[in-house]
Amino acid sequence: MGSTSSTLLKIPNAEVLMQETGFSPAHIIRLHDRFKALDKEGRGYLCPQDFGAIKELAMNPIGDRIIGAFFSPGKETVDFSTFVKILAHFRPVDKDRPKEPNSPEPINSRSNKLKFAFQLYDQDKDGKISRDELLKVLRAMLGMQVTEEQLESIADRTIQEADLDRDEAISFEEFRKSLEKVNIDHKMSIRFLR
Amino acid sequence: MFFAQQKSMMAFLQQFALLALLIVFITSCKAETLEGDSVEVGHNYSSKSSATEHTSTSINDSTDGHAPSEISTLPIVTWKWHHIETPYLVALWILTCWLCKLVCELNHNVTSVFPESGLLIILGFILGGIVWGADKAQTFKLIPTNFFYYLLPQIILDASYCMPNKLFFSNLGAILIHAIIGTCWNAATVGISLWACYEGGAMGTLNIGFLQFMLFGALISAVDPVAVIAVFEEVHVNEVLYILVFGESLLNDGVTVVLYNVFDAFVSLGGPKINAAEIIKGIVSFFVVAFGGSFLGVVFAILISMLTRITKNVQVIEAGFIIVLGYLSYLTAEMLSLSAILSITFCGVCCQKYINANMDEKSVTTLRYTLKVMANGSETMIFVFLGVSAIDKNIWVWNTGFILLTILFVVVFRFIGVFFLNWVLNQSRLIPIDITDQFVMAYGGLRGAVAYGLAALLDEKKIPEKNLMLGTTLIVVYFTVILQGITMKPLVQWLKVKKATNSDLTLNGKMNNRAFEHILTAMEDICGRMGDNWWTRHWKYFEDRHVCWLLMKSDAKKHRDPIFGAFHKLNLEDATKYVTEGECKGSLSFIRNYESTSVDFKKKLALQYADIDNVPVTSVMKNSIPSVSLDIHEQDRKSTPDDLSAHHLLDQHLYKSRRNNCPTYSRNHYNTSENPDEMQEIFQRTMRSRTESFNSPKMGFNPVKKLSKHPNKDSTHKLNGKPADPHRTHPYGDGDFEISAASASSGEIAGHFHRRSTNTHGAGVDNPAFIPEIDTSPPMRNPPWQTETGNNAAVAPSQRAQGRMPWTPTNLRHLAPQRMRTRSTDSIVTADASLDEKAPEEKPGKHHTRL
Repeated sequence: MGSTSSTLLKIPNAEVLMQETGFSPAHIIRLHDRFKALDKEGRGYLCPQDFGAIKELAMNPIGDRIIGAFFSPGKETVDFSTFVKILAHFRPVDKDRPKEPNSPEPINSRSNKLKFAFQLYDQDKDGKISRDELLKVLRAMLGMQVTEEQLESIADRTIQEADLDRDEAISFEEFRKSLEKVNIDHKMSIRFLR
Repeated sequence: MFFAQQKSMMAFLQQFALLALLIVFITSCKAETLEGDSVEVGHNYSSKSSATEHTSTSINDSTDGHAPSEISTLPIVTWKWHHIETPYLVALWILTCWLCKLVCELNHNVTSVFPESGLLIILGFILGGIVWGADKAQTFKLIPTNFFYYLLPQIILDASYCMPNKLFFSNLGAILIHAIIGTCWNAATVGISLWACYEGGAMGTLNIGFLQFMLFGALISAVDPVAVIAVFEEVHVNEVLYILVFGESLLNDGVTVVLYNVFDAFVSLGGPKINAAEIIKGIVSFFVVAFGGSFLGVVFAILISMLTRITKNVQVIEAGFIIVLGYLSYLTAEMLSLSAILSITFCGVCCQKYINANMDEKSVTTLRYTLKVMANGSETMIFVFLGVSAIDKNIWVWNTGFILLTILFVVVFRFIGVFFLNWVLNQSRLIPIDITDQFVMAYGGLRGAVAYGLAALLDEKKIPEKNLMLGTTLIVVYFTVILQGITMKPLVQWLKVKKATNSDLTLNGKMNNRAFEHILTAMEDICGRMGDNWWTRHWKYFEDRHVCWLLMKSDAKKHRDPIFGAFHKLNLEDATKYVTEGECKGSLSFIRNYESTSVDFKKKLALQYADIDNVPVTSVMKNSIPSVSLDIHEQDRKSTPDDLSAHHLLDQHLYKSRRNNCPTYSRNHYNTSENPDEMQEIFQRTMRSRTESFNSPKMGFNPVKKLSKHPNKDSTHKLNGKPADPHRTHPYGDGDFEISAASASSGEIAGHFHRRSTNTHGAGVDNPAFIPEIDTSPPMRNPPWQTETGNNAAVAPSQRAQGRMPWTPTNLRHLAPQRMRTRSTDSIVTADASLDEKAPEEKPGKHHTRL
């Protein structure tokens, strides 16, 4: 594991990161420690293999998709600032912090959280969850218990539920509408990132 | 409006007169017994009248009842009051209490302002007054033994069995802190401050020591789940607040009883003997009793779950096992002097998931409803008896200072405790508890029957001022239940407390919930920290590996899956809607009419079910609603040989059973217009069958049919207030018509179909019962036809059937518009619920099952 604890000074552009993500210095330091621990060869960036080494993540049925979310298309590596920015999606929304009128939308806003979830489904990045894409996720999550026909009918039904414009796919707008009543702030937040 | 009000007033008065009569009857019965006893056996009157409750007289009965005097001749009938006295009185009282509930529910204007529990208590006052007036003594009281052994267990079992499991366990920390620390805080502060005030001279001279004050503090800090549920069920607050209040009140009872026992022991030990060792013992005993009780409950939950794995062959009594074992867990804990309430609570909470998966869906429904009946019944009795018990001169010892200070301290310290604990909890909560929620939580600290039961348990020898405590407890109970109960609803509205959002069950929601869980756990893993999800996930893992293997049928596992469960439920909902809608419009007639169709239909169904539930889940899926209603017809059909007379018999049967339903269905709405129509229908039907028997072409009376039907249809459109758009209101009828027109090959068949479609038009509103009969009679009487129509129909309606089948994956596209339409019509139906009886029938059921 990380031999020496990081300090803020060692982390490149920590100030900017804190500004963008809303993390406290303690969080940044802790995440940097973790980043270094994952980055076993000390290259300063992470490869998919580094994530794959996390044992629990290997058991996660949609783990590979989540790992994939860290890597922007075409890239094989992720550096620290991207790493933090991805994790910032899961920072709980803080109500007391005054909202500056002209500040950009924070990373942990509702729609950004939803976007993150959406892109896990939408693997071909066409802005729509097609039936096949949905089926893949469902197959991973439901596991062995359900037969292929059932999976298909569940997928059909799910699409049909959300599909407002009848194009047999779920666009982001439809995705958001279907989850209108769900408390995303609650469900997509990790307490210790507060 | 005025008339309606007066009517309900009349009903109210009637009911009330009935109640009063009943009470007079009961008391006179009782009085008769007393006199009879004193005359016949020379029994000691005074000891008898001090028998505290009706059941306690049973000891005497066994001796008196079986003392037949010598008989000179064979009696034909004899008066055997003594044989049945006790159960008779118990049954009469139960009836009376339930009638009270009926009276309360008569006028909704009152119940919307006044909580039902408060009304019941007030009715109890009146009943008690009648008893008092007749007997000059309070012969009926709520005695603690009956309360704790016969009335309370089922309420707790019901509450814990219906507890939203996930919500409960995810808030368990907060609930436990409130239940344990909060209760101790309340008990201690109320006790100490009362004692301080007493020492300060606020109450005059009383024979109460410090320990007695503490004991009183312990019993008065019991927040009563019965009262809390009764009030909070009427106010739909958000789920977190609900679970906090509800869970706290449930666990808090157990804690209170434990505290009470510890202090009771201290009181009997006496002040001087108490030293540090005894106090430490007391604390240890507190934890042993509380956690031992909970542990025992979990053990019983495991037993129940394992038992339900093998009860498949005795489905009839399956539900009974849970009730009996739950009760046994209560009694066992009581026997071991562990906390019985905590035991039965944890038993219910822990086993619910597994037994719901293991048991047949019907048994689950049975269990739910049985528990609800028992719990609501005894809840009603408790409240009524809380009122009745008050009308007793003996228990009232007035001490203004003591009573007022108790109320003040109870309320104030409750507020302080709740706010402080919530402040502590909010430091680490992801979603902090709002200040308004905290206020409602504190305000929802209603005291109830548990406090009263504990107060009645006090030993007069040890506590000379028992009656003062009992009276004060009653006043606190009335104060909180009635006053706070009334103000709760306006308060919740005024504070704008977040209400419960009734989110629809959607597959998207379930699926994304699952996805979010996975994402969060993955993120926690990446961050390398153990968060909340770490625990839930590892518990799930452990549960899947070991617990389910032990407690759950292997084939029941899949049904636990929320996504699949949602899918299943949605399908069931669709199917029910489909069937009910079909019944409304009479369009399901094709299932019954065309044998070949329904066989086709059935095949399709079987295929789908085979796909969906993968066969092993036999009982759960096969007995679900749609397959039942369809299956029964199907089985009936199969069992009857294919000869005409049997078929005819079946149809007659179908017709009759439905006709029996029909009057209740429609009479309310079409009081005057319906009945003549019905008569006319019957007349026409018989006329037609006669004409049919002559084998004459049926086109002859077709116009007649139309004439009689169409005015009817128009009028009903007006009545219903629905748009007179045939495509909306009678989608099946029209579809039917098109298909029949398209597939018509001969004039005869076309005519037949044509008539059929007109029938379905009318049937949507007036009388679905007649359609099957009308339709089936021609093919029956005419064998050559039957084959003809049969062949054609096999194609036409089956296509339609497949098109409308909600669970057919290949036909989901057809489903989409249909679902939309169902929704829209449904909303209309529920909007004018008084017009359609189906809606009110369906809603409460749903409500209950989602509890």
